[in-house]
Amino acid sequence: MIEAENVHFSYPNKVEALKGVSITITDGEFVAIMGQNGAGKSTFVKHFNGLLKPSSGIVCADGVETTKTSVATLARNVGFVFQNPDHQLFSETVEDEIAFALKNFGFEAEVIEKRVTWALNLLSLTQYRKTSPFLLSGGERKRVALASVLAWDPKTLILDEPTIGQDHEQKEKLRQFIMQMQTQGKTVVIVTHDVEFVAESNPRVVLMKEGKIVADGIGKDILTDPALLELSSIVLPQIAQVFMKLSPLGLPKNIIDIYEAKEIILKVQERKNLE
Amino acid sequence: MSVFEGLRFRKVYSPIHNLDPRIKFVYVISIFVVAIIFVQIIPLLFLFLLQVPFVLLAKVQRQWLRSLRGASFLAGLIFVINVATTYFTSGYTLTALNVENAASLTLRFVVLVESFSVFFLTTSPDHLGLALEESRVPYEFAFAFTTAVRFVPVLAEEAQTIMDAQKARGLELEKGGLLKRIRNYVPVLIPLIVSAIRRSLELAEAMESRAWGATKKRTNLYALKLHLGDYALLVITVGILSGAVYTHFFVHIPTITQLI
Repeated sequence: MIEAENVHFSYPNKVEALKGVSITITDGEFVAIMGQNGAGKSTFVKHFNGLLKPSSGIVCADGVETTKTSVATLARNVGFVFQNPDHQLFSETVEDEIAFALKNFGFEAEVIEKRVTWALNLLSLTQYRKTSPFLLSGGERKRVALASVLAWDPKTLILDEPTIGQDHEQKEKLRQFIMQMQTQGKTVVIVTHDVEFVAESNPRVVLMKEGKIVADGIGKDILTDPALLELSSIVLPQIAQVFMKLSPLGLPKNIIDIYEAKEIILKVQERKNLE
Repeated sequence: MSVFEGLRFRKVYSPIHNLDPRIKFVYVISIFVVAIIFVQIIPLLFLFLLQVPFVLLAKVQRQWLRSLRGASFLAGLIFVINVATTYFTSGYTLTALNVENAASLTLRFVVLVESFSVFFLTTSPDHLGLALEESRVPYEFAFAFTTAVRFVPVLAEEAQTIMDAQKARGLELEKGGLLKRIRNYVPVLIPLIVSAIRRSLELAEAMESRAWGATKKRTNLYALKLHLGDYALLVITVGILSGAVYTHFFVHIPTITQLI
């Protein structure tokens, strides 16, 4: 559970990145934070595990105010995977990399062994267990970074641009994995520009612009609102674009899901056949 | 990171920023030499105050003060070590003169730091590269130097991101004894070095694909030319140098202890 109330934040160079942002993310929710570059998305999510402290306003993670405790303590419950894996990889082997955080949190050796095996398996990295993370490809390094956070099984997971550099198969795996986390009652927050990924996963969408939240709701409503999306430099998902163009024929406009689209088209076909 | 701040160039326009970097460099080196010539506190104090109008004219006082604050730890160390050594070597006695000598050595260090800081705060890396080139330094070296200067703030920013990423994985940098604390920085330093190397390789590829080094003789879009202000600074520099040499050889400089 993440609660933010009227959060303002300015960087030391006086740039005001957040101008009064409030949000409540309940357990088990899947939230996508979207918006153009410099909208304050990354700045905002860095408040969730206390990496940044609000200039004014309150941020609570599971009821604990982030200004009153250390990042290391908060991180135990709020896992944060950074956009660029090269900002965190440093160990000699992938295995050590994943064990790093577990050692920091003081897990016992046997538990660490078990968790590492579990995380490697989850992200299909088992074959690289003894490989240096620096020898892996960009997409694989990104998965190692994700595995190194998942290993301690945090209650809330924040992913900054998780789909960059991933092929379709890995994106699909990521999506299924997020769904799986949700069924376990975990909270997932992603920061992304990948509108197709969001359309396929259909999370709660939060749209930010210039340090403020401009829209907050279900993907089906927000991702099919051209005026709103243009405000945030986001293009409509392709399916929404098709249905937007077909709307003069009497088809609904707010469609982002492939299966729903298929059903509607089949129905139209049937009706034609009957005529 | 505050020491880096003192060396970070910001684009501002002022009479000092517009000066020719070669002349400014000659000026800084002269201040350097004069600071080495004197051990007495009065001329060093004079040198220290001499920088203040430059700083004010260039409107960089905030960054300049920050770099002085960054140097204050080392300055303190120099003072303490000098006082301590004279105290222990002169049979556990300490005169006012000893303290004054320690203070002037400290002040000499501060003068060196502040004059270099003024130079770097008011000279853009491009200007610096141009100055090196026109001083017949091979372009490869001039380019390497300006790139290095330009990357300092980028690296500082990257170090901050890496620290954040590792803190998010439960790393506590400030925990433990001295040795443990140093070891805590390994997870920060390795990604920083790796990414610097990777970045430089990428830069090399990008430059080669833009025909870097295709011709032996490069031309420049901007050429450095001396203006009236540059000649004025040159005259001031020569004045300071000759004044300092004259004072050093022919004038007896009293210590503050003697004056009191």
